[in-house]
Amino acid sequence: MKPKFLVGGAVILVALGYMIWAGVTQSAVYFVTPSELTAAPVAGKAYRLGGLVTPGSLKWEPRSLDLAFTMSDGRATVPVRHKGAAPDLFGEGRGAVVEGQWTADGYFKASLIMAKHSEEYKAPHDTKESQSKTLLKTLEDPKR
Amino acid sequence: MIPELGTGALFVALALCLYGAVMAAVGARRGRTAYVESAQHAALAVFVLVTTCILLLVYAFLTFDFSVRYVATNTNLGTPFYYRITAVWGALEGSIVLWSWMLTLYTLIVVLRHRTSARELYPWVLTVMLSVIAFFLLVMTVAAPVFARSVPIPADGRGLNPLLEDSGMITHPLALYLGFTGFTVPFAFAVAALVTGRIGDFWITTTRRWTILAWYFLSLGLLIGGWWSYHVLGWGGYWAWDPVENAAFMPWLTGTAFLHSVMIQERRRMLRLWNLALVILTFSLTLFGTFLTRSGIIASVHAFTQGAIGVFFLSFLALVVLTSLALIAWRWDTLGAQGALDSVVSRESAFLLNNVLLVAAAFTVFFGTVFPLLSEAVRGVKVSVGAPFFNQVNVPLFLSLIFLMGVGPLIAWRRASLDNLKRNFLWPVMIGAVAALVLRLLGVRSTIAVVALALTIFVAATIAVDLLRATRARRVMGERALPALGGLLLRHNRRYGGFIVHLAVLVVAVGVTGSQAWSVHTETTLARGEQAELAGYRVRFDGLRESQESNHGKVTGTFTVVAGRGTGDRIEPAKKFYPQEQSPIAYVDYRLGLIDDIYIVLGDFARDGSHATVKFQVNRMVSWIWIGGLILTLGTVLAVLPERRKTA
Repeated sequence: MKPKFLVGGAVILVALGYMIWAGVTQSAVYFVTPSELTAAPVAGKAYRLGGLVTPGSLKWEPRSLDLAFTMSDGRATVPVRHKGAAPDLFGEGRGAVVEGQWTADGYFKASLIMAKHSEEYKAPHDTKESQSKTLLKTLEDPKR
Repeated sequence: MIPELGTGALFVALALCLYGAVMAAVGARRGRTAYVESAQHAALAVFVLVTTCILLLVYAFLTFDFSVRYVATNTNLGTPFYYRITAVWGALEGSIVLWSWMLTLYTLIVVLRHRTSARELYPWVLTVMLSVIAFFLLVMTVAAPVFARSVPIPADGRGLNPLLEDSGMITHPLALYLGFTGFTVPFAFAVAALVTGRIGDFWITTTRRWTILAWYFLSLGLLIGGWWSYHVLGWGGYWAWDPVENAAFMPWLTGTAFLHSVMIQERRRMLRLWNLALVILTFSLTLFGTFLTRSGIIASVHAFTQGAIGVFFLSFLALVVLTSLALIAWRWDTLGAQGALDSVVSRESAFLLNNVLLVAAAFTVFFGTVFPLLSEAVRGVKVSVGAPFFNQVNVPLFLSLIFLMGVGPLIAWRRASLDNLKRNFLWPVMIGAVAALVLRLLGVRSTIAVVALALTIFVAATIAVDLLRATRARRVMGERALPALGGLLLRHNRRYGGFIVHLAVLVVAVGVTGSQAWSVHTETTLARGEQAELAGYRVRFDGLRESQESNHGKVTGTFTVVAGRGTGDRIEPAKKFYPQEQSPIAYVDYRLGLIDDIYIVLGDFARDGSHATVKFQVNRMVSWIWIGGLILTLGTVLAVLPERRKTA
């Protein structure tokens, strides 16, 4: 191998490493439960919040497209607001994952709602399961 | 009856697979043709048995035999005929049956084609193929028994996942699995080459068509998957960097690298070790993808089927990787290259860089996909990286790859002279530069879009320059333009098949670039008679109507295009209500166009039809992606035609 090729390879490796590092730091989304979020909320940080949509909390204004509900994991409850209609499979008493940010005004501003996400993007050959339960199970998993 | 017959057939097939694998290996070592022939018979019997299993399953679905648990969970009395057939591979267990059946089919073709042409490698190829089938049969009988009995037999089944009631369900899995399983053949030949020590170029030239076909089917599977995502899932896009998609994309990337690097080995006797590693990696990634999507390991983002199957796949993956590494280590001394790189500015270098970038892209996709696992294991925090990560890292890689796509096929071997560069690239570079300028002047603001489109045009120009020059050379010989071009394509079908595939990739690239840069969307609530406007299009909401289909109820919204192209067209998105589902399923409607797709998703609505919330999108150039798939097919057909000209 000539030195030229080694230098070229090193340059590519460094560039790739940098791109991955930059990509991760800029697009990392933290997966939290309502109790984890309420324990230490950081405004402006990207979160993926998973929990159950509290029964009776759902409010939908079709005209203004304002969607509001609270999400809970049994220990803590987080108010969530979103602009736009809820996706299929979303509903009170069911599992959901919302992506967005915690705001200084004391609510979670969701940019994306994934209700039973796995089914929405499901590979065409998966068995059906009660996805929300699995989802919640993974969220509540007190492994840490 | 069917559960017992099916399970019995699978066990017999498993036994025959193991027998055949051992016999072929023993026959090869001791030089006993009779043993290998016996293994061959075993392979044929396995094909017949697995085919029987598929037919049994089809029969069970068609006759609503709910004594088979798999049938009961994936169909019900209302499931239409057509979807009862696609339901055969609609879920985990059945998809593995389909997978195995394709493997047995490929094995059959290997037996028919290579039994005399590849005498030394052939027995080992048979051993590897049968071992892989044996693994899948083991999964089918132990980890995810497809013929498990349901106790008690239910009166009606649960029904198919409504999202799978789509015509794409016949083509998408078939293409994807043909691609996945197709890489088993080059892998088997690679292992055979390592075992026998015949690590020359023979295994590569023999499997060239296999590799192209596997790659083609995988590409097609990905494209059809995108189409399914676009027109069924109703989120308005075709690719989400979802782990399921990534699982299929990784072997595609390494497979693409392999497709190119074999040319270097054929031509320059270089990269032997690299090629072996690539094909092993590609095959391993197909297994890894299945493991990833089937094991439930990425449950924090996606909850998939859990169970023993993950352990099976991981163990088999470990076995494959370790065996391959051991074989490589054993043959290490003979794997040295014969040729050497002469210059940085040469075709070898371009291909090598292409390979490095493709593998780098595969690595970033891998990294991003397993990142949640890594971060949880290392830092104890669940962190995931989404589409922004994949886009940010991969866009520069893909842009470089497009550039190389223009350089690679034309630049000289060994060392390109300035004259060679000027002759081949002066015009394309100028055309690309002018295109960039024109795009800027036309008001394209996104730099990425300008660069991507200019690069695409540059590559298209290199192809055009090559074709023009070759056609002109033939015309000098007295041929007319069109016959000259046709003769050229047929005579050098491998080269120009490749060019057409490149063209297809360019068309897909334009579609991806355009849709990313120019698609617009809005969400609004409309009262009956009210209009929504977006990007020069206006649609009017005309009301809702209810209807009852064979296995679901449906609420359809009627929208009329009142301004923009396609004025007067009706677009009718709906929500389907399946009794077995707790929530409705959106049914997207759209009007496809070469430049604009109008795409409407019905969201929430008032029962009386007085108002409805809709997602209204104008997606740009998405159709190019599907057109690219058609061109890809043309190019592949041309490339796998028998060669008229012997390559040097």
